[in-house]
Amino acid sequence: MPDLRAVGGSTAVEVSSLVKRYGGQRDGIVAVGGLTFAADRAAITALLGPNGAGKTTTIECCEGYRRPDGGLVRVLGLDPLHDGAALRPRIGVMLQEGAGLYPAARPRELLRHLARLHAHPLDVDALIERLGLGGTLRTPIRRLSGGQRQRVALAAALVGRPELVFLDEPTAGLDPQARRATWELMEQLRADGVSIILTTHLMDEVERLADHVVIVDQGRLVAEGSPSALTSDGAEGVVQFEAQPGLDVASLAAALPGPAKVTEVSGGRYLVDGQVTPDLLAALTSWCAARGVLAQGLQVGRRTLEDVFLELTGKQLR
Amino acid sequence: MITLTPAPGAATLPRMLLSQVAFETRLVLRNGEQLLLTVIIPVVLLALLAAIPVLDTGPVRKIDFLVPGILALAVMSTAFTSLAIATGYERRYGVLKRLAASPLPRWGLLVAKAGTVLTVLAVQVMLVAGLGLALGWRPHGSPVAVAGLLVAGTFAFGGLAMLMAGTLRAEATLAAANLIYLLLLGLGGIFVPLDRFPAGIQPILEATPTGSLASGLRDVLVDGNGVPWASLAILGAWAVVGFTAAARWFRWE
Repeated sequence: MPDLRAVGGSTAVEVSSLVKRYGGQRDGIVAVGGLTFAADRAAITALLGPNGAGKTTTIECCEGYRRPDGGLVRVLGLDPLHDGAALRPRIGVMLQEGAGLYPAARPRELLRHLARLHAHPLDVDALIERLGLGGTLRTPIRRLSGGQRQRVALAAALVGRPELVFLDEPTAGLDPQARRATWELMEQLRADGVSIILTTHLMDEVERLADHVVIVDQGRLVAEGSPSALTSDGAEGVVQFEAQPGLDVASLAAALPGPAKVTEVSGGRYLVDGQVTPDLLAALTSWCAARGVLAQGLQVGRRTLEDVFLELTGKQLR
Repeated sequence: MITLTPAPGAATLPRMLLSQVAFETRLVLRNGEQLLLTVIIPVVLLALLAAIPVLDTGPVRKIDFLVPGILALAVMSTAFTSLAIATGYERRYGVLKRLAASPLPRWGLLVAKAGTVLTVLAVQVMLVAGLGLALGWRPHGSPVAVAGLLVAGTFAFGGLAMLMAGTLRAEATLAAANLIYLLLLGLGGIFVPLDRFPAGIQPILEATPTGSLASGLRDVLVDGNGVPWASLAILGAWAVVGFTAAARWFRWE
């Protein structure tokens, strides 16, 4: 077998200045407005962003479903639109909510059929066992639970032994056990050399899995990097803690030594920005003590990915 | 432990097409409503109409008149109603979208759908012809001409089915496909001879896919005529119109 990594270099996906509008050329809605990022091979790249940020549109341009209005998309070194026939056998696709499965088919017959579309497919029974779908074999897909359907869709994306898989919210709606099993599977895929492009809303999923995070908002790149780089960046002068929501942050800031900024990043989670000294911590805890507030999970010098995300993309619902 | 090391590659085209046809055929034959439409209704109609003395078929023996009409009904139910509804829901559930990312090319999916319809049709023809022969049916004419008409009818209806499935919502396709089926069941010359209708609308009914297919089949099977070119031309025109419009307006999602 030829070394597939020789084709297209070490980059699995390259997106540069991607533009995609829906509706008219002039007055249409801009779904993606000049997005640039790259995803390495044999790595997990997470696309993170609020609903409507353009994640699915971006992925669908990579999968060859949509024609970009501008910019360049290269997947495994190929143009998804013009080289689709060469590209499709090499990628696996899982649509959002596990869509795209024949509702009347049973999981095994569907996977057997999809396996026959490929030259060297996985053993379907082994895949079924790996994904814990053994109990569903006699049930039509339409009668499976949402989580089971998601796992069938994941199996369908993997059965052709792709080099690159696009997983659009693969763990949405899964129970914690199934979510962990899916995470382990993704880690095994990476270890076996498969590249993964993942979209998700789950920060713990990204922190655990992703080698590279691309944060998108309103169709634009707002930040990228490894999870640890994103969370430690600028966090040297940061204290965070949890308490009841609605503390008077202005009063707390005034009580701290030196110039300090206090924000409630989300309900009951507070971030203190300033020169972190023993005095500052003492002032912080005594301010809390004076008000009968128990500050929990007090942490110096590290923000969570959720803090970074909310800071970059804002807190408003959309 | 299963290894997930990449080993990508498409299967050969014949293998992909065969698998897609086998898979879709199995789904059609397992689906209760589709089976009712494509197999049970034609067979029961043939048995009932052959037994009940309500039809006046003139000089033609009743069973000889009925079998060609029921064959036309079989084509319509599979290539039009069943195909339109199934494809409409496949589009709605993202099945067509998901398959478009598989190694099977889009045109390959269309070829496979034609193969599925023709496979189901072969089952229908065997059942209807078998029952007809048991009831005393005496076919005339060339089997090749009959096969040609059935295939032309399949493509005439298939284009219209794909046009509906690719442009309307799945529920609208379901309703419209059933309505058109019922209308053409009554007005398409399947068991009511077209010359019983007012002279003004006869040419219109003759020009429907059902009317021209039933007429063509009777030309061959009842009268023993050669290839009914007029019927073939009408069916061919429907196929061209249907597939051209479907190619233009079909939406995969």
